[in-house]
Amino acid sequence: MKKVITKRNIMVALLVIAVYAALFFLVNMKVLNRHYRSLLAPVGINVILAVSLNLTVGFLGELNLGHGGFMSIGAYAGCLFTIYTDLPLAIQFPLALIIGGAVAAIFGILIGIPALRLQGDYLAIVTLAFGEIVRSVLTNMKVTGGAGGLKGIGKSTNYTIVYIVAIITILIISNLVKSRHGRGICSIRDNIIASESLGVNVIFHKLLAFVVAAFFAGMAGVLYGQNLGILKPDAFDFNKSIEILVMVVLGGMGNLTGSVIAAVVITLLPEILRGFSDYRMLAYAIVLITMMIWNANPRFAMVKNNVYSWLHRKRGNAR
Amino acid sequence: MQYQSKIWVYGGLVLFFLWNRDINKRVNSTKVKELIILIMEVIAQFMNGLNLGSIYALIALGYTMVYGIAKMLNFAHGDIIMVGAYTLSIAMSFLSLPAPVAIFISMAVCALLGIVIERIAYKPLRMSSPLAVLITAIGVSYFLQSVALLIFGSQQRKVESAVNLPSLLIGGVEITGEAMVTLGVTIFIMAALTSFMKYTKTGMAMLAVAEDKGAAQLMGINVNKTISVTFGIGSALAAVAGVLLTSSYGFVGPYTGSMPGIKAFVAAVLGGIGSVPGAMVGGLLLGIIESLSKAYISTELADAIVFGVLILVLLVKPTGLLGKKRIDKV
Repeated sequence: MKKVITKRNIMVALLVIAVYAALFFLVNMKVLNRHYRSLLAPVGINVILAVSLNLTVGFLGELNLGHGGFMSIGAYAGCLFTIYTDLPLAIQFPLALIIGGAVAAIFGILIGIPALRLQGDYLAIVTLAFGEIVRSVLTNMKVTGGAGGLKGIGKSTNYTIVYIVAIITILIISNLVKSRHGRGICSIRDNIIASESLGVNVIFHKLLAFVVAAFFAGMAGVLYGQNLGILKPDAFDFNKSIEILVMVVLGGMGNLTGSVIAAVVITLLPEILRGFSDYRMLAYAIVLITMMIWNANPRFAMVKNNVYSWLHRKRGNAR
Repeated sequence: MQYQSKIWVYGGLVLFFLWNRDINKRVNSTKVKELIILIMEVIAQFMNGLNLGSIYALIALGYTMVYGIAKMLNFAHGDIIMVGAYTLSIAMSFLSLPAPVAIFISMAVCALLGIVIERIAYKPLRMSSPLAVLITAIGVSYFLQSVALLIFGSQQRKVESAVNLPSLLIGGVEITGEAMVTLGVTIFIMAALTSFMKYTKTGMAMLAVAEDKGAAQLMGINVNKTISVTFGIGSALAAVAGVLLTSSYGFVGPYTGSMPGIKAFVAAVLGGIGSVPGAMVGGLLLGIIESLSKAYISTELADAIVFGVLILVLLVKPTGLLGKKRIDKV
């Protein structure tokens, strides 16, 4: 049994509290204007999405192009629940979050089972197909309000709730990755045949990664709906999935801290640089291409390793 | 085998139309007439499906070739279609060139673009994981789309049809000139491609590289050149598909190519990726499924049905209808 209260964990907890205190101060002392305050919740939601997608793309090593689809399923399930039930908010909201996550996770199992037979490009296309199917079904259903969108969702979230959910997501996923199951997931990425022959249950671990990622995407969807107050199927199209993928790729596949930083940067940057918005898609494309080519370049990998080892040495000295 | 069955199908259709015309004169009962009208409608939708399906088949041919040889899903293939369509529209309306010259220019531009993309984006990643290559391909696809968006704007452009044929009226079913040309061109290209792969030196080199890159190199085949040629041919096919697509639908925008591109990949998977006849069968089948479900189920749900078919096929037969089983070696 590892110790829970270590120096490192205390530092992280202090950092979490400090960041929240800083946000609280910035919001309540009216340092941030209305526009920037409205960006806090989307930043947190994107952090949840990027971290959960990193589980499938970075750790399992399978491309999931339907993350937006899982998000939309969770969003609609959770928000429909809040519309059609009349419970006190303190019970209703957590329930909605869990329902959104659970429904998305069920779809994660549904799409995960056929996906178990596939890998690589085929799996990517199946997840893409899944996202498109979800979008067109949501557009055609009466309950969801069709293309016009689902209106009348209570705006019952704020940056505090999103922050808490994001922290919980990061905690769960980073602990999962370090656990026995997480090592199983990583071994599938590194060599599926070798891990299978060493007794890793490939089916279970693939499904686990898919379902956990879908669950958190669904929760992010509920937060998204509760934050905006309206849901439209078109908000969860292929571009949304790609946007999350860009965050994961920019932050580094298999690096959760990187995902968090990239999610914050990619959400805030287009808002800060106003003239930039026309070039956003172009920038995404260039990020995807250059990141992949650089990572394949041995010289860049060497530089990166040097930087890492330098950072670690510094941290070691401080201890 | 396929050509024969196709001939039978068409022969049967023509005979049916001829017989049909006589019946129209003879029978006065409204019920029979309604039935005939319904059948005609179905056949018209079927023809629509064939038109759409041959475009899918043409795109799927390019996908299959590149997939077979470079072992990668060229996500940007659909956007090369869009580039081809824009080139055609510029060549025809701004430079007012005749259609054949414009088509040739469009093919040349796309072939060059395909080769350049391969050199810059895919070649450095030949040793990387498939995931990295796929992400790069998505990046290239996005790149082409956003560059087109910046240059031409999001408004769709009207394109004159490159095909100048009157439509044919057979037994009350109108077949547009575009549909006939599309089907003919697709069948011709498929035949040409098959014989190119079989009988020319470059084609055989392509097959060898598809089989085993290392062994091919040891046999003195220039692998890099062969892959470049493959990308060139695949992209030129995409340009032809772009020309036919815009001739049938009359508009081009930055996102024109992405949906047909994805659906053509579905078609390639449906028919069995890496197989040239498979691409043809998958494309035609997909086109027919799409246009029938658009007409009789729901326009909005047609895409969902197409993708549902893909998931179903992959569940039941992951190698596709005509695909070969691949065995992973440890």
